[in-house]
Amino acid sequence: MGTLLRRAPGSLCCQLRLRRLQEALGSSAAIGRGHRLCHADQAAAADHVEDERYYQLYPGHIPTTPLQKALLAAGSAFMALYDPYRHDMVAVLGETTGYLALQSLRERMRNDPEGYRVLQERPRIRLSSLDMNGLRELPEGTFGREYIRFLDDNRVSPDTRMPTKFVDDEELAYVIQRYREVHDLMHTLLGMPTNMLGEVVVKWFEAVQTGLPMCILGAMFGPVRLNARKLQALTTAFIPWAVRSGRSANCILNFYYETRWEQTVESLREEIGILPPPTV
Amino acid sequence: MGVTACGALCGRHRQLLLLLARGFCSGFRRFSAEGETHFGFQTVSEAEKGEKVYQVFESVAKKYDVMNDSMSLGIHRLWKDILLHQMNPYPGTQLLDVAGGTGDIAFRFINYIRSQRERQVQQKLRSHQNLSWQEILKSYQEGEQKSLGGSHVVVCDINKEMLTVGKQKACHLGYSEGLSWVVGNAEELPFNDDKFDIYTIAFGIRNVTLIDQALKEAYRVLKPGGRFLCLEFSQVNNPLISRIYDLYSFQIIPVLGEIIAGDWKSYQYLVESIRRFPAQEEFKEMIEDTGFLKVEYRNVSSGIVAIHSGFKL
Repeated sequence: MGTLLRRAPGSLCCQLRLRRLQEALGSSAAIGRGHRLCHADQAAAADHVEDERYYQLYPGHIPTTPLQKALLAAGSAFMALYDPYRHDMVAVLGETTGYLALQSLRERMRNDPEGYRVLQERPRIRLSSLDMNGLRELPEGTFGREYIRFLDDNRVSPDTRMPTKFVDDEELAYVIQRYREVHDLMHTLLGMPTNMLGEVVVKWFEAVQTGLPMCILGAMFGPVRLNARKLQALTTAFIPWAVRSGRSANCILNFYYETRWEQTVESLREEIGILPPPTV
Repeated sequence: MGVTACGALCGRHRQLLLLLARGFCSGFRRFSAEGETHFGFQTVSEAEKGEKVYQVFESVAKKYDVMNDSMSLGIHRLWKDILLHQMNPYPGTQLLDVAGGTGDIAFRFINYIRSQRERQVQQKLRSHQNLSWQEILKSYQEGEQKSLGGSHVVVCDINKEMLTVGKQKACHLGYSEGLSWVVGNAEELPFNDDKFDIYTIAFGIRNVTLIDQALKEAYRVLKPGGRFLCLEFSQVNNPLISRIYDLYSFQIIPVLGEIIAGDWKSYQYLVESIRRFPAQEEFKEMIEDTGFLKVEYRNVSSGIVAIHSGFKL
């Protein structure tokens, strides 16, 4: 089963095929129900069935109608709250609700030289593309070393990120994929662990930075699962800091992190515009 | 018909092709190319189809029952009950449930037999009022040993995951006797000829690569006088219900699959495979061609589901 990457909808060849099909349907309507299409139209129809089926803009793409997107958004929001371990639901929520925010993110990336380079070269952060041992041998305090420490301490791996499925634009699919992969790097730069508190803080930062509805929802509803003490620390210290950092920082997707492993965490923070974390 | 219908639905290509697929699917069972068949709306080789179907059910096995309840809003239980009522087994029946996976039909069969058996025992006792103590004791002992009256059900499925889930369910629900779990392919059953009284296949035959072969095997393992029963999704005969059903199948079911089971593609395959399956009359002819006699079908829920029945005589 091969996957065929196709041009965007409305391309000429798709429209021609569509017109042929409409004629075929028109003729069958004239004769009545149960009419079998003649052999040539059957071949065209079978062809089109296959094309539509493989109407993938990128590997893993599942084309969806607006109704399906709405249902997915509602269902995934509910499921993500009901079962916080369903990270795939958070991902689906992000994809189905993020269209406008992703477009504005893409614009920001295009208008920045480093962001533009990221869009062109499409780097991916995966175990296979990272030199884990090399990064581990970097000096303490460097971005690469701290990132590996973060992965080891929290026992996470960059390969557990869900691939994009429901975004109907190939470039935007990459933007959201990049956002997901940069999320772990944000944990490192903000110094937040992967427990519920840490995740909420990072979500607040990302909500201000990206404007993705999924981040906003996560930031608003995440705290319901925290106890009173953590909630207090959150509201008095962490959230104001995360919001201020988010506002003062440049767009986090406009940095080619793979070239900055040797940079120290402090200098990278300063360059991006993230304020030092509060001490609690 | 087709053009206005698709104008009413979302104006994307997909809706058009769905109506088209339904229009020509009913007569379009096999491709002319050698060894090729359909997997939902895709074309695959016959060898590939088996593997892909196995993967689908391996991935859905744990959430299979939850998904069945959500997709059919619990109605699948009624369909299976109707099948059992049509089967009307009596104690002593040997049942083979193919593609029986999680055991729904098998458990219903055991319940049915138990209630039939109780009725039998009660009737017997009522007709024998003047028994000696020894005779009463003997009848109670017999009753305990053969609470199923010698009935037995073999659950056969090609997929080990589904059988594992079925065995766990049996443990939870307390079914211990009269059940066997066998891994086997419907196209090549690991049983001798003339072995079973009833052969059922519920929502399984559309996943088989070579349906004719499965029907031949069914004929082989049934005893003379045995009955073939198939419960399967079929073509809806009412146009209004058909449109609602299509909308529900293609818009809602994959979304449910993604949200509940985290698996869009398996449920997309499921709804496509329903459209690919032959209609009631055509399937009836296939059963007759295999050699079964007195083949009948019965539509349930306006044809969303049909029960086909035939006898080996």
